[in-house]
Amino acid sequence: MQEIPGDLKFMKSHEWARVEDKGTVTVGISDHAQGQLGDLVYVELPSIGDHVQAGNACAVVESVKAASDVYAPVSGEIVAINEALPDKPETINEDAFGEGWIFVVKPDNLAEEMEGLLDPDAYAELIENEEH
Amino acid sequence: MTQHPLPAIMRAPNSACRSIMTQKTVLNETHRALGAKMVDFGGWDMPLNYGSQIEEHHLVRRDAGMFDVSHMTVVDLHGPRTREFLRHLLANSVDKLKVSGKALYSCMLNENGGVIDDLIVYFLTEDFFRVVVNAATRDKDLAWIEKQAAAFGVKVTERADLSMIAVQGPNAREKVLSLLAPDARAKAAKIGKFVAVEAEGPDSMKLFVARTGYTGEDGFEIIVPEKDAVSLWNRLKDAGVAPAGLGARDTLRLEAGMNLYGQDMDEAITPWEAGLAWTVSLDEGRDFIGRPALEKQKHEGVARVLVGLVMDDKGVLRHGQRVVAPGGEGEILSGGFSPTLGKSIAFARVPAGAAGTLQADIRGKLVPVRVVKYPFVRDGKPQDGV
Repeated sequence: MQEIPGDLKFMKSHEWARVEDKGTVTVGISDHAQGQLGDLVYVELPSIGDHVQAGNACAVVESVKAASDVYAPVSGEIVAINEALPDKPETINEDAFGEGWIFVVKPDNLAEEMEGLLDPDAYAELIENEEH
Repeated sequence: MTQHPLPAIMRAPNSACRSIMTQKTVLNETHRALGAKMVDFGGWDMPLNYGSQIEEHHLVRRDAGMFDVSHMTVVDLHGPRTREFLRHLLANSVDKLKVSGKALYSCMLNENGGVIDDLIVYFLTEDFFRVVVNAATRDKDLAWIEKQAAAFGVKVTERADLSMIAVQGPNAREKVLSLLAPDARAKAAKIGKFVAVEAEGPDSMKLFVARTGYTGEDGFEIIVPEKDAVSLWNRLKDAGVAPAGLGARDTLRLEAGMNLYGQDMDEAITPWEAGLAWTVSLDEGRDFIGRPALEKQKHEGVARVLVGLVMDDKGVLRHGQRVVAPGGEGEILSGGFSPTLGKSIAFARVPAGAAGTLQADIRGKLVPVRVVKYPFVRDGKPQDGV
């Protein structure tokens, strides 16, 4: 299991969000989530320019086991997508918090939207409780 | 992130008789020590994978892997009228079993021709046959078999004292044979496909070694006394056989074109509708349960049939998705990602006559899928047209 990086925030539904220097937010799914899903075989990405609403599904990851919606942690415009993923979905299994990022959002209102997310300790506690 | 419903292999099948307590095979601790991800399967706590399902799948196709299938139910049938009883109970004909050790795959039907379960039956002696049935259907199978057996005076004994390990892959037989006592090795090396033999294993273990499986690869299914199962597993592992979970077992059997009970057929589906006509023997004068219903349906025409599908687009076909065909709609039965082909394959039940390119409804989007002949993969190789 990968360490949870200290600069991430989390949704209860296992997406992570990282605020970059330029104010955009990079989004992926947690290492715990990829472990639960098993080998990933397909990723459906949003399109650049899409406007996404916090809490709405905007990507799909599919593993050998199941298909899962990925929710947007913040509202805003999609400004980048990880185009390597459709050909190498296993990147999320290998490096969920790094190379396995899924998309980048330019948030409508950064400070407000990040408030509702969990910090790494709270997220670690959540998955701890899920396992017991 | 929200998961859509899990495919059947990872879900506890609905069974009215399912016990509340999760059952464990004797290998449970061994799986956990190997770091297996465990799931509930038909009321049993079983390994889904030991890390990577796809790696385990490839190891079985390329070398040798082993599966704990001790949750399956071994039932011994004894009595002078056992063959006569099985002629009545099964849709396939046990009269094909002429030599001791020979095995047969068959459906067990209800009066309507619906499939109660699929099973393997082994002929050992005229008063001793052995059947292996599915785990999730154990209770209803035993009840049905016992009910039908009474009239033939056949004694039905569930063998809960036996475990089962399936060793599959191009190198599987060689690795198993290396562990057998010399005499047993010579004997087991000679058996043909779908034949079983009793053989002495390491430490004088009494093994029942069958050249059968559920992966489309050569190999053995080994029935072993429960007390020896952990030792046999460890010896197989030392011989280079990789542990593999139920996840890989599911993708391997789907590539091999083999049905999964509860997903591809059930009590409301006849063998004609499940791609299992090859397992039905309408031999003259044999009065088996469900025969009149099957003959009637065959005479009137079968409206829905099972076909194999391949999707060339990216994405994964899943159980329950809608299929749009020229003659009407159908649905995906077993569906998933094929690690050998690198794309999705499925069984679907569609209106008879559907061919060529159909469409699957994946989250509201219609995606083209091709009807192909299955097995999709045989002896490790993709089949023509797939």
